[in-house]
Amino acid sequence: MEILTYALGALSPVNLGLAVIGVASGIIIGALPGLSATMAVAVLVPVTFGMAPESALIMLGAIYTGAIYGGSYSAILVNTPGTPSAIATTFDGFPMAKRGDGDLAVTLSTLASVAGGLIGVLALLTLAPLLAQVALSFGPVEYFWLAIFGLTLISALSEGSTLKGFIGAGFGLLLSTIGVAVVGGDTRYTFGSQVLLGGIETVSALIGLYCIPVLIDLVATPEAHLKVDAEQRGIRLREGLGLAWLGKFNLFRSASIGTLVAILPGAGGSIASLVSYSEARRASRQPQTFGKGNPQGVLATEAANNATVGGGFIPTLVLGIPGTPPDAVILGALLVQGFRTGPELFTTNASITYTFIAGLFLATCLLLPLGLFIGRYAFKSIITIPKALLVPTIAFMTVIGTYAIRNSISDVVIMLTLGVAGWLLNRYGFRPSPIVLGLILGPIAEQGFVQGFLMGRASGAMFTTFFGGPISLTIIALSVVSVFYPIVKERLARRRGDPGSLGSHKEASS
Amino acid sequence: MRISRSTVFATALGMAVAAGFMTQAVADEFPSKDVQYVIPFGPGGESDISARLQQKYFEEITGEQLVIQYMPGGGGAVAWSQLSDMPADGHAIMGSNMPHIILKPMDKDVGFATEGIKNFYYFHYSPDAIIVRNDSPFETLDDLIQAADDAPGTVTFSGSGTYSANDVAHTRFQQLADVTTTYIPFKGTGAAVTALLGGQVQAEWGYTTVAANHQDKLRMLAVAAEERHPMFPDVPTFKELGYDMVGGAYRGMAVPEGTPVEIQQRLSDIFQQINQNPAFQQKMQDLGFVLIDVPLEEMPEFMAEQRRVYEETARELGLID
Repeated sequence: MEILTYALGALSPVNLGLAVIGVASGIIIGALPGLSATMAVAVLVPVTFGMAPESALIMLGAIYTGAIYGGSYSAILVNTPGTPSAIATTFDGFPMAKRGDGDLAVTLSTLASVAGGLIGVLALLTLAPLLAQVALSFGPVEYFWLAIFGLTLISALSEGSTLKGFIGAGFGLLLSTIGVAVVGGDTRYTFGSQVLLGGIETVSALIGLYCIPVLIDLVATPEAHLKVDAEQRGIRLREGLGLAWLGKFNLFRSASIGTLVAILPGAGGSIASLVSYSEARRASRQPQTFGKGNPQGVLATEAANNATVGGGFIPTLVLGIPGTPPDAVILGALLVQGFRTGPELFTTNASITYTFIAGLFLATCLLLPLGLFIGRYAFKSIITIPKALLVPTIAFMTVIGTYAIRNSISDVVIMLTLGVAGWLLNRYGFRPSPIVLGLILGPIAEQGFVQGFLMGRASGAMFTTFFGGPISLTIIALSVVSVFYPIVKERLARRRGDPGSLGSHKEASS
Repeated sequence: MRISRSTVFATALGMAVAAGFMTQAVADEFPSKDVQYVIPFGPGGESDISARLQQKYFEEITGEQLVIQYMPGGGGAVAWSQLSDMPADGHAIMGSNMPHIILKPMDKDVGFATEGIKNFYYFHYSPDAIIVRNDSPFETLDDLIQAADDAPGTVTFSGSGTYSANDVAHTRFQQLADVTTTYIPFKGTGAAVTALLGGQVQAEWGYTTVAANHQDKLRMLAVAAEERHPMFPDVPTFKELGYDMVGGAYRGMAVPEGTPVEIQQRLSDIFQQINQNPAFQQKMQDLGFVLIDVPLEEMPEFMAEQRRVYEETARELGLID
């Protein structure tokens, strides 16, 4: 097969060295709260101009893969998702770390990322042109319903009260309207301030809502950040492999969902890991342990979000429509290198395409040794650094990271404000995840609705525009199931008098 | 304390002369360090790609690096409202986009004024174009106009953003051709072209660059350039078809107010030299851009003309009275 020639080319000592450097630096950048995969790739692009095209492509793929994976460290160890696609990693990763299983969680995240990443890249290699057509069948109306579906996942995901979950999502939706509207161009809820003009940036909201409450609690309570067991157990690879083997079906399902959903530009990455998380929970025999440190939860989200790397490149390479922000940067670099999207992808452009895919493969495989190695040090440093040093260090990183997103001090102010608000809301049982979901999905829903409305008005068939397509109807059905499933299940459980699954909706773990 | 007026005057004069000499000296050795180039949008867009192409040649000419940074938000407003806070020594420059810098501040306070953005060079534009799928029933622009005449409002166009270059082009064309069509704004050119490829809309207000990227699936009905684009010799210009429409998304660079004129002139010269490089020209053309050459001395005239054109459209859009 042709790909083998390019894969061998990728294995030359220089390229292998670049891939190792790329993956390692990607992991470190991704692990720091606020420094995102987009930033890692954007910083590297000018460096790659001076390289041979294949080396450049391999290094770009490597740093991207590393950064997406590295995001799981901060999600697990400090409860801060570096990217929207790592939100669900905090659900079980952080509770695991709290009870002393942080090392195991990091190992699981590594194994899941490698498995998910390989499935995503395999889909990119074999099914790209076919799957790209799926992306095109999603129009504004479908995006609108998809966002609504994403919001209904709150009822499935929220710990504590479902009602509070929906209130939190409503708050997030309101936050998403701040700034200049894409459709219509109106300036909303800025109260004449320049600070709010650019809207609330998602990653800075993530840092504020997740990380600042953790920092406040660290200062307010005398306990150590994470529980540490007396005996050091290394990377617990054997235990991790055992759990991964138990969850092999979970891994495969999550990676497939990750790949498929990531094909949808703009919405995919952030929704993919949530869908696979809620599916893993639904399929589990002990759904009540999810959210309290169930290893399968970490496996599901990490397999899904590394699968989005390959999945997101499908529309990027085939259609020239970037699936995620880092894809956009890499596409820009590819265009400068003389790449053209389209049918020549696997013919005239084959050398660029295959080298790039081979590079992604290589980088995903390198995640295993490098991830386990760096992950061990990340975990060790978090548990050995004294609290008096840990808090200011993380606080400093959050400020720098937020500022660096778009070189804006306004974002830092917004991040800190949201952080304090999030801490207060948390005390009253409002979790950050529904708020962030509202913030991410709000614009997708709003734009989809207005665009669908304009299309419906132009065609004079408003009802069929919104309720006509088979995809729309399927997503509507899924949303209905997602809202009512927990309620029906609770009813059934109550009738049977099973207190186990009842408790999962009442009890809130923090 | 009393200081005589003449003393003040003499001191000021002395300082001005000294400053003059100094800036002259500075201009000769400018740039003395890396130059920050702030793009008011996110990475991967056309502003980014064209800046990336300039990067290499800037280093060849000056020996210093051009460091690209992104400051997205508010359709560019976040960055432009911070331009005045940046160092006014020429080592900080910012991407400047038209019609954005003219239309944004028109109806509301966005934190910057068009006059506050000191453009020193405009280097290219992406000409507006009407794009359809290869299998579209519209073979020519007349087919599309005919369909719009038969059933006003039913022909749908996707485009990037509201009060954007695409929105302006749509409004101008409606006026010139005396038709009513529906414009549906999307977030960015990528989303707009997805809607066209997926058959959600019948046409797109896009650019030659979009057609260049999707040559296998899309074709253009007309291009808003002075002459036909070398990549698309078969596509007529709007002018040929009888519509006086030349425009698109223009891109240049600006410095904060108060940057010495000598430095601005030097920057203008550097970027003009980049524009004259044949390799750079070829790369820009392959991506579908059209190069223009508006150096510092021609800027006032260029800006005045653009303002006249866009104010006319803004009135039609209802942005100003």
